[in-house]
Amino acid sequence: MEAFGLLIHGFAVLLTWKTVVLMLVGLVLGIFVGVLPGLGGPNGVAILLPLTFTMDPTSAIVMLSCIYWGALFGGAITSILFNIPGEAWSVATTFDGYPMAQQGRAAEALTAAFTSSFIGSLVAVLLITFLAPMISSFALKFGPPEFFAVYLLTFCSFVGLGREAKHKTVISMSLGLLLAGVGMDTVSGNLRMTFGSAELLRGINFLVAVIGLFGISEILLTMEERLALRGHAASISLRVVLSVWKDLPKYWVTLLRSSFIGCWLGITPGGAIAASFMGYNLAKRFAKNPEGFGKGRIEGVFAPETAAHASGTSALLPMLALGIPGSGTAAILLGGLMVWGLNPGPLLFVEHKDFVWGLIASMYLGNVVGLALVLTTVPIFASILRVPFAAVAPMIVVSCAIGAYAIQNAMFDIWLMLGFGIVGYVFKKIGIPLAPFTLALVLGNRAEDAFRLSMIGSGGTLKVFWSNGLVGSITTLAIVLLFWPVIDGLLARVGWTHRTRATSREA
Amino acid sequence: MKLVRIPVKAIGAATALLLSTPAFAGWEPAKPVEIVVAAGAGGASDQMARMMQAAIQKNNLMKQPIVVSLKGGASGAEALMYMKSSEGDPTKVLIAYSLIYMLPLSAKIPFNWRELTPVSVIALDQFVLWDNSAGPKTVKEFVAAAKAASSPFKMGGTGSKREDHVLTVFLEQKTGAKFSYLPYKSGGEAATQLVGNHTEANVNNPSENLEVWRAGQVRPLCVFDKERIAYTTKVTETQSWADIPTCKEEGVDVQYLMLRAMFLPGKVTPEQQAFYVDLFHKVTQTAEYKDYMEKQALKPIFLTGKDMVQFLEEDDAINKALMTEAGFVAK
Repeated sequence: MEAFGLLIHGFAVLLTWKTVVLMLVGLVLGIFVGVLPGLGGPNGVAILLPLTFTMDPTSAIVMLSCIYWGALFGGAITSILFNIPGEAWSVATTFDGYPMAQQGRAAEALTAAFTSSFIGSLVAVLLITFLAPMISSFALKFGPPEFFAVYLLTFCSFVGLGREAKHKTVISMSLGLLLAGVGMDTVSGNLRMTFGSAELLRGINFLVAVIGLFGISEILLTMEERLALRGHAASISLRVVLSVWKDLPKYWVTLLRSSFIGCWLGITPGGAIAASFMGYNLAKRFAKNPEGFGKGRIEGVFAPETAAHASGTSALLPMLALGIPGSGTAAILLGGLMVWGLNPGPLLFVEHKDFVWGLIASMYLGNVVGLALVLTTVPIFASILRVPFAAVAPMIVVSCAIGAYAIQNAMFDIWLMLGFGIVGYVFKKIGIPLAPFTLALVLGNRAEDAFRLSMIGSGGTLKVFWSNGLVGSITTLAIVLLFWPVIDGLLARVGWTHRTRATSREA
Repeated sequence: MKLVRIPVKAIGAATALLLSTPAFAGWEPAKPVEIVVAAGAGGASDQMARMMQAAIQKNNLMKQPIVVSLKGGASGAEALMYMKSSEGDPTKVLIAYSLIYMLPLSAKIPFNWRELTPVSVIALDQFVLWDNSAGPKTVKEFVAAAKAASSPFKMGGTGSKREDHVLTVFLEQKTGAKFSYLPYKSGGEAATQLVGNHTEANVNNPSENLEVWRAGQVRPLCVFDKERIAYTTKVTETQSWADIPTCKEEGVDVQYLMLRAMFLPGKVTPEQQAFYVDLFHKVTQTAEYKDYMEKQALKPIFLTGKDMVQFLEEDDAINKALMTEAGFVAK
């Protein structure tokens, strides 16, 4: 077990007072930037990166990876408390996390989010530790057709497994796809739907849209309905943590399923974002009584958070082994590595063993220390909801605006955010789900590029999506999921499943 | 405690500068300086920006910190528009490459490099024809394989109607072979796709394929320059950059070199321009720069002032001719 010996060595290097203090500093800074919507994740890490330049590489790695963990943990906080996802993969956490907070169960939701993040990352780190060499060769199998098949799978699982009316999901998704097309088209090199405007050149930034759709529209709704944050009477003692943990074993299937999905999509370069959505949808589909989802079910927090963090962590693997960052934050981390002359690539694992194993050891430690730190702060964050709405709302709007501006330093994005706020408000009023819209906005471009590259590569035949076992099985699975309600209904008629009524009714 | 030590060091540096103030009374940035990268993370521009960031900070070449900001949206057009709209702001430096000529032609982006303030040309980047190490071993075999292929022969590259695409078109013209060009988002992606056998070849810059070459996953076939790369230190077990033949030697006369140059936004003062000319001149003297040039097989060069403008005008004309001939100029 060479890996194990190297890991122990990595731990030995890291376990000093100095590194533990650095870890805590990194985590606190990370959580702080993660909490600010829009600023969170990539921007936060980018701002903090120069802090590490004067350190020796080991300290710098520890600090950076802890900032990364902190930002990951922090992203869940705003999703749950204010319905504002900080990172793309926090979107699915809002579906049940926010309703929970409104019912006064913010502390419970936060604990669930943090705990499942921990579990997801732990599974992924274990995977990295023992399977790193094999996995990087798996990631190499992904060409354009395989990528498209994965995106197709995500879209199809949304339509097929979602509980909303199918036509509304499709409307919402199509609008998202339309807006994803704005800006430069990589394949032809031409501009699309920019109408001569320099501002639209960049395309519509996903985070700007999300901050508006979720955050601003929620403020608008709250203003209309009651002028108060719901859930201010939250019970906020550390005992909540223990009670959530006591129930944890009940959800082992959900946790395991989501960890698996997360790891699988995380090592697929660029697949990390899809993970949380798929984790959520599958948990919903396989639940005994799926009706409660979206109204504050704790599994609705467990499932996406576990998947998101399993994928967020395993996304570091293609970054290290192939130099392809799986997420925005990982991309900044990649830049950090280069400063020390560590060029990610297949030889990194061979030539810089000390560094790689130091990093992996710091993932274990950072994750454990991070969990302890965020759990003790649950009461503090949950008590934010006790602050009067009149005081909190302006702060949220301002921080949304700062976040939207900071992403690309563009004033135009603030107007865009407000526009999306109104769109989000209208969507909520007429019952069009926002999730398919955001999913299409973030994956639309990549799916389109992957499809067109597949077509160029195959000379225009669709057979390429069944050209080998890997792509063939993903594509087939996608189509099965798309027509799942129909298939499920047919199976039920033949008498293969018992869950007949619930599903055939919706089909 | 490293964290505690920084301020002490900073105070030390500040005192030193205070004492030596009369020595240089010129302009200096009062805010952190941003290096604007017109490409994604991990690409050649990003790597170069990180190198300069480290060189400036480690050698204390400037008092203010320097940050790298990635603006690779819209195939790099984002960075160009960002520079254009930052008129008069002397704390933003663009690390430019041939997109400053090509994007305005292919996508009709309202941008002209003459509106920016030129600082210096700091390097010339090479292009190399690479194939998978399991593929053909020489250019001749490669061309023969491309001609014999029944399904599309796939060439990976970065972006559409840009340097990689132009090179592909000229390879087609000179060899008579047909390629299907697959535009990826970054050179790193093009490299991985070649390793995974999803494409047959790419024309990446040396830095983009360096790591996979060292791992023995890809093979350099020829370099698109009139002479071989000068560096003779072994990069892999058996080969150095100088061992790669030129494409002309191999019977395919296609040449292309790409500039790496620094620009400030328009309407900055001559003092501000002078500060950066001096700064980047100092960068080219650092060990970090020299080491980077050799490792990534770039041609060191330092042009500024009139020489630079003349170079840019000539380079612009060459690129325009190539783009026109390849049929990539938007009507």
